[in-house]
Amino acid sequence: MSIRQANAAAVPTAGRKRRKAEKTRRKLSHFLWGAILPATILIVWQVLGDRELISPLLFPTPLVIADSFVWLWNSGTLNDNLFVSLYRTFAGFGLGAGLGLALGLFVGLSRSAEKLLDSTVQMIRMIPHISVTFLFVLWFGIGDTSKILLIAKGCFFPLYIYSFLGVRGVDNKLFEVTRVLGYSRFKQLVRLVLPATLPNVILGLRLSLAIAWVSLVVAEMMGASSGLGFLMMDARAMSDTPTVFVGIFLFTLLAKITDSLVLFAERRLLAWRDSFER
Amino acid sequence: MGATLLEIRELSKSFQTDSKTVQALRQIELDVKAGEFVTVIGPSGCGKSTLLRIVAGLDTGYQGSVTLDGQSIAGPGIDKGFIFQEPRLFPWLTVEKNIAADLSLRSPEVKRRVGELIELVRLNGFEKAYPKELSGGMAQRVSIARALLRNPKILLLDEPFGALDAFTRAHMQEVLLDIWKRNGTTMIFVTHDIDEAVFLGSRIVILKPRPGEIRAKINVDLPYPRKKASAAFQNFRYEVLSEFEKIDELSWGESGAGI
Repeated sequence: MSIRQANAAAVPTAGRKRRKAEKTRRKLSHFLWGAILPATILIVWQVLGDRELISPLLFPTPLVIADSFVWLWNSGTLNDNLFVSLYRTFAGFGLGAGLGLALGLFVGLSRSAEKLLDSTVQMIRMIPHISVTFLFVLWFGIGDTSKILLIAKGCFFPLYIYSFLGVRGVDNKLFEVTRVLGYSRFKQLVRLVLPATLPNVILGLRLSLAIAWVSLVVAEMMGASSGLGFLMMDARAMSDTPTVFVGIFLFTLLAKITDSLVLFAERRLLAWRDSFER
Repeated sequence: MGATLLEIRELSKSFQTDSKTVQALRQIELDVKAGEFVTVIGPSGCGKSTLLRIVAGLDTGYQGSVTLDGQSIAGPGIDKGFIFQEPRLFPWLTVEKNIAADLSLRSPEVKRRVGELIELVRLNGFEKAYPKELSGGMAQRVSIARALLRNPKILLLDEPFGALDAFTRAHMQEVLLDIWKRNGTTMIFVTHDIDEAVFLGSRIVILKPRPGEIRAKINVDLPYPRKKASAAFQNFRYEVLSEFEKIDELSWGESGAGI
């Protein structure tokens, strides 16, 4: 407590550098607190595994999994499959999210487009996503196309819905301001509708990304000859559980990284929002 | 004071609600000279905001004629600055970008004018602040600067200080008079506060409700800056008040807040 007070007192004199150090220290302490539980679980897991209290086949120990990771990485198997998976995810995400954004904005801006398109889109949205996976594999083969299209289908809807809601949620009072300021229709779109829709779009992007990874796993497990999902299915057939764990670990890591990227972008882009005061 | 800038002739407007027609304004006749500061005062429901919105080009579908500089009003535009009751800033833009709005700050001319206006509305040091960091009075000053940047022929203010506390409001009134004195911008200022109307206006237009009609026009020939406690000020205040008392008690009763 006394250290903390001393630090606080030093802030005005020592200036920005000290304050930054204090911030870093707080972040580190936050991280360490958060790491206690996962670290404990890993250690217990390792110890139980070493003493053969849990099945090494069902629960390979963290060290075995790490070994397996290194081996897969060095052999190049992991690299190849990882890049195939990344390519599929981002191609599908780009395609689906891009179309969803464009159509959501369009339908949001035009009442007749809404009347024509929205009910159909909402109906397609209700088709259980996973249930069409094998159809996609039948139609588009076991290559990249079926995966990309399935991911695109999944990513489309969150962006469609949220950009649509965003456009409809633009404050009418601000519309009046743009009229008083003599904005053209185009300026209204670019300088009012788009920035006002951005918070919704970013929310849609986060949801889409989560769906993208799930779709990828499912698509690659149902029928593929490459990719992380395929690697896991292949390993499962060989009862190679460490590789399955490596796959799970990588999927988790990738999803977390992409989610953090969007969060980071959100912090930067939406700093103007009231709720983002930190 | 120059030539007639705004000419309103036989202006009537009615709204259609579900079952009946409500006459908002009837036979309004008003001339505003260039450089005048007209305050419009009346109880709620007297159509004072509607009058202002018609002049701004925001409300259409009226009878009669409204001309600005000899041109009949076709729609909203930058020649008619409008200050709403709320500041209505773009929350994603900083103060200076809000003032510039669709004009680029990369233009040195715009940059210079925005700088001058920030000085004029006393917001130095807040150029890069976001609206969420501003108080109500500061935000309203940004919206005034935003309108002034466009060099409007006339500035229309719809109860702009209604949501502010008494001290901020008094300060804002002084800021506005300062702007008027320096720029000579013609102002129409709608309010329901008698003190505010007498303090600001070179002329006061009193509206009565149901239907909205002009009850009286009073020239306030008091020099600026006006002292609210002075006898002359109080005389004008009583004059406005007595006009109100002639207005039907019932229609006034619900909104006597300004007195």
